[in-house]
Amino acid sequence: MINTLWLALITIGIVYGILAGNVSQVTAAIFSSAELAVQLILGMVGVMAFWLGLAKVAESSGLLEKSIRIFNPLVRRIFPSVPSRHPALGSILLNLTANFLGLGNAATPFGLRAMRQMQSLNPCPHEATDAMCTFLAINTSGLTLIPTMVIAVRAAQGSQDPTEIIGVTLLTTLTATTVALLVDRLFRSKGRSR
Amino acid sequence: MFSILVIAISQWFIPIVFLLLIIYAYYREVKVFEIFTEGAKEALTLAAALFPFLLGMLVAIGILRASGFLDLIGQRLGPILNFFGVPAEVLPMALLRPISGSASLGVLTSLLHEYGPDSLIGRTASTMQGGTETTLYVLAIYFGSVGITRYRHALWVGIITDLTAFFTAVWLCRLVFG
Repeated sequence: MINTLWLALITIGIVYGILAGNVSQVTAAIFSSAELAVQLILGMVGVMAFWLGLAKVAESSGLLEKSIRIFNPLVRRIFPSVPSRHPALGSILLNLTANFLGLGNAATPFGLRAMRQMQSLNPCPHEATDAMCTFLAINTSGLTLIPTMVIAVRAAQGSQDPTEIIGVTLLTTLTATTVALLVDRLFRSKGRSR
Repeated sequence: MFSILVIAISQWFIPIVFLLLIIYAYYREVKVFEIFTEGAKEALTLAAALFPFLLGMLVAIGILRASGFLDLIGQRLGPILNFFGVPAEVLPMALLRPISGSASLGVLTSLLHEYGPDSLIGRTASTMQGGTETTLYVLAIYFGSVGITRYRHALWVGIITDLTAFFTAVWLCRLVFG
């Protein structure tokens, strides 16, 4: 998918650029974009290092495990088809916490583990279960407290206040997640459960 | 009042979390500095892994933008989008965000570069990037990893959620920063 997309972007750009007489701008853009990528990565390393360092501290202090115990009743309500004390619940919570804290690289391994554990409860192995659909509804809605990557890019681009978008981003993602859960619930009640 | 509150929360949040977290960890006898540096070390590997994807996408999007094609699309769809209060410049963001995280990060970067991170367009695009996820990618790897081929309603939920997030981002940014 990404290969086709990349090819399409470049083909449309170059062909349209030639037709519209913007070839020289296209050539300049190729090299200025490459340079921009270097600047961007260098600007981002510092911010990423800070958050990864902080995440490690949170993990080592046992805070992550503690929050799992606190949120257990809530997670049980959202995933009623997963039996109580099933290991999938722990993985789901770790994934959601990592997403919530903006630790995308930590979220993915927890999320894949949760999927594997939910698959063990699945009567038809090729078809998504209710719990999986709910889990991915939350994951695709991008529930995030601190959008670290965006803050890093904004900082690299010289923003006066890179973090000012946290408030609106949180409201946006909360709205999206609420809608995701409602729509998921609606689909679930209309179809037969599995 | 609302905008002051939202912006204040944004500014206070990180230092407070930082402070509370390291105090708590220190109290729990974590060697805070050593552990912090251990975690921070991973950033270099991550940045190195991300670099080629970012470069490839930035070049492709740079070509597309320089060709004038996005201006054409923006001109055609502009009036419709403006009717809903959406700045036409963020359209590529809305189109690419559900498909590819690195592509939309590339679009975000070029929008911030062109219009400035503190412009309404820059803030709206930032909120779009941060407030939603790469729906198709997430569905593909999560379902793919356990061999599920029938997604049932998960795809529709994802698409409806993305649309909700984009319009919420646009309207909230106008309300708070506009």
